[in-house]
Amino acid sequence: MSKNEYDILIIGGGVVGSMIARWLSRYELRLLLIEKEADLCMGSSAANTAIIHAGYDPVPGSLKAALNVRGNAMYDQLSAELGFAFERPGDMVVAVGEEEWPNLLALHEFGKQNAVPDMHLFDAAEVKKREPHINPNAIGALWAGTTGIVDPFQATIAAAENAVMNGAEVLLNTAFTDFIIENKRVVGVKTTRGEMRARWVINAAGIYADAVMHKANTGKDFKITPRRGEYFVFDPADVQINNVLFPVPSAKGKGILVTTTVHGNTIAGPNAQVIDDKEDTATTSAGMDEVIAGAQKLIPSINPRFTIATFAGLRAMGNAACKTPGVNYHADFLIEVSPEIGGLINVAGIESPGLSASPAIAEYVIEVLKDAGETLIEKKDWNPIRPARPRFRELSHAQRQELVKLDPAYARVICRCENITEAEIVREIHAPIPATTYDAIKRRTWLGTGRCQGGFDSPLISKILARELKLSELEISKRGEGSNFLFRETKSVEELER
Amino acid sequence: MKESYDVVVIGAGPAGLASAIEAKKSGADKVLVIERDREPGGILLQCIHNGFGLHTFKEDLPGPAYAQRFIDEAASVGVDLLLDTMVMEVSEERQLWLSSASKGYFSLDAKAVVLAMGCRERTRAQIRIPGMRPSGVFTAGTAQRWVNVEGYMPGKRFVILGSGDIGMIMARRLTLEGAKVESVLEVQNYLSGLMRNYVQCLEDWNVPLHLRHTVKRVIGKNRVEAVEAVAVDEKWQFIPGTERIIPCDTLLLSVGLIPENELSKQAGVKLDPITGGPVVDQNFQTNLAGVFAAGNVVHVYDLVDYVSEAGDQAGKAAALFAQSLLTPAKKTIPVKAGKNVRYVVPHTLDPLALEKEDIVLQCRVSQPIEEDVWFEVRNENQSIVRRSDRYARPGEMVSVKLTPSMFADVMQADALTLDIYAKSEA
Repeated sequence: MSKNEYDILIIGGGVVGSMIARWLSRYELRLLLIEKEADLCMGSSAANTAIIHAGYDPVPGSLKAALNVRGNAMYDQLSAELGFAFERPGDMVVAVGEEEWPNLLALHEFGKQNAVPDMHLFDAAEVKKREPHINPNAIGALWAGTTGIVDPFQATIAAAENAVMNGAEVLLNTAFTDFIIENKRVVGVKTTRGEMRARWVINAAGIYADAVMHKANTGKDFKITPRRGEYFVFDPADVQINNVLFPVPSAKGKGILVTTTVHGNTIAGPNAQVIDDKEDTATTSAGMDEVIAGAQKLIPSINPRFTIATFAGLRAMGNAACKTPGVNYHADFLIEVSPEIGGLINVAGIESPGLSASPAIAEYVIEVLKDAGETLIEKKDWNPIRPARPRFRELSHAQRQELVKLDPAYARVICRCENITEAEIVREIHAPIPATTYDAIKRRTWLGTGRCQGGFDSPLISKILARELKLSELEISKRGEGSNFLFRETKSVEELER
Repeated sequence: MKESYDVVVIGAGPAGLASAIEAKKSGADKVLVIERDREPGGILLQCIHNGFGLHTFKEDLPGPAYAQRFIDEAASVGVDLLLDTMVMEVSEERQLWLSSASKGYFSLDAKAVVLAMGCRERTRAQIRIPGMRPSGVFTAGTAQRWVNVEGYMPGKRFVILGSGDIGMIMARRLTLEGAKVESVLEVQNYLSGLMRNYVQCLEDWNVPLHLRHTVKRVIGKNRVEAVEAVAVDEKWQFIPGTERIIPCDTLLLSVGLIPENELSKQAGVKLDPITGGPVVDQNFQTNLAGVFAAGNVVHVYDLVDYVSEAGDQAGKAAALFAQSLLTPAKKTIPVKAGKNVRYVVPHTLDPLALEKEDIVLQCRVSQPIEEDVWFEVRNENQSIVRRSDRYARPGEMVSVKLTPSMFADVMQADALTLDIYAKSEA
């Protein structure tokens, strides 16, 4: 095969596209993943609660429910193989007031139908014991022991990196513009970096999966409605909770939850606003008030004063009908070979619990390909292990001493809040999928996420990026094209001869 | 063998350098300053404007020149300096873990420690400005580093939120560099920095200041394109109908400083929730014996000269502690923030210490008073000392000196309280 010809091309480097790439990399296939942004994990995968849901929430019988529960079960092995942070603290759906109890029982029933393991009902005393700061009006909770927390950036990058280790290609800053269609079959894509041909194209374009589909004149009725969710991140020094806490869901959705993260911060959110603009990730004053009120319903002592960051993300809510007979549900995951055109597999409408389901979605896509007649041959030398790179701050004194002997730059602390060192940063810049922007380094190392929010480190990172990438500092950006930090040098003064 | 020092100072800014010099002068044999940057001087290195040293040297110096005097003196008295080195951990027993690209990862022991890590700027998240999160929202100090140290312009058209000193100084600096500063917005109805900076950095350069205004929203996907400014009422609620879009490419924040105490917390130093810094006595000693703190790590100062003075005191006390010459207090009494006072430093004092030496109380006023005022220290209803001034402003630190002449009165007190009030109220 010549250059720019692939067996399978994936559009979209979110967690779904990256997991699919990782799963497909196990087979003798020429693989390409294209991503329009300067890094992977820049859309919905980046801005969510970072929870691996147990699976009691999706409608029984839906594809969402099946892939959620399956995906959850896959995370222990996956995180061990790919070296990303994952824990299973379990979660409590907390009923505040008697009127919420019937809905809690209904949720428990959903969970049983979805075959969610390790669920129990707790009384008020048990809830209080596990979460001392809980709302005193809590009357009980549904416990699900399989609920996990994860670093979604690490999970996405690690999956894609593992795919690259196994021969896949990843092209960043490469936007899909159109399909190449021959004889009613998709045979490739046009991108901002030229044309690429592939026998199969997998549409994992997240919030834009409908627009991509429509470019092939297919899926006319499929529409993604962005639902924006706003979040607060709190300083771990001010807020410490023990659990992943949900309110009892209402007609409006899962509601505003309070959760711990693998980095020790507490997060509150999201609210849910249907919006039109797929780029509108702005936080709003009213929305932030709503999130705080929601968080205080669970933990009344939470104070917006403790905020260390705020952000908003978009959920890619689709309108696909559930294919299980008798299940009346119209926001299911859509994962299928396009019935209208050959060579296209749509993976669309992947909103929450998309992160949880993503490995199961990848596994499902393999089945879809096999059902479509694709013969997949396993590589003999496929390596499922992607070793994690050392994180200085997580090591003991003795381990740090050893690491510094290998590379003294491990001893130069660049991010003073989170204690991220120069060697860690340099390794990310030269990783299999290179981190070339400030945000890319931030997401991978957790630098700049502390109290100073990058105030001290950004001039230093700008220098390191320029040095390692052999660019001018004027070319260094926050998140890619158009987001540069610096405009020009300061006025220069000519040295006068004395 | 593990190295051991009499006094280890963490931070080579003005407080740390003064501490180390004074520790050495006060008889400490081995004194070490540890600095995470590659040069000593701290934030003064990026403060290339003048206004430093008027009090200490009776001279008007730029920041780096002020710092250099201390750097030179530290070298001449024999203070050791370890640069490009981060202190990762301090234990209660004053064992330190250090990380250094040149020296490796190692520990050392100190008989006394002076915390002098300075402060950091409040960020966008801490004041919760809604909107998009593009490139181009910087703290004033980060922009200052970029312009004055690195030699780059981080924008062309600026809006500054907050009337802190660094923000106002940057308004002038950016204007000189050819940028346009559209306006400075301040949510309070008074200036949060010094009046002299308002006059010299805003008024003289026709940069408008809008009190009781804030940013309602940041606009722009990749780079800031505009901010939406809005007037607020006395409770900081937006006043509908006053919104105004100001096109710009950069939003600078000068919305306050917070003492940097990650290391102090880790060591077990007790912090004051109001100042954000350690609770200290008249020697700037924290709740941990042998651990002292000086400068902006304790509370945010207005002038560097006072930071250096605090460094002198903490360094001297640390040296005495290291030589087992610091008398432990028999009795300590709290110093309380009274009427219209946000906080007072030191938090406690040993009345016996006043027998031979002055003790200076430093505080910040809560609400501005633009008329003749009294600063008064009392023991319940008994006035111990009061001094007057023409005004009291939150942007300016207030000092009240206790002298040995007040020793008898202070000895009888179970607590001291500092009030600030208009003379007309008295």
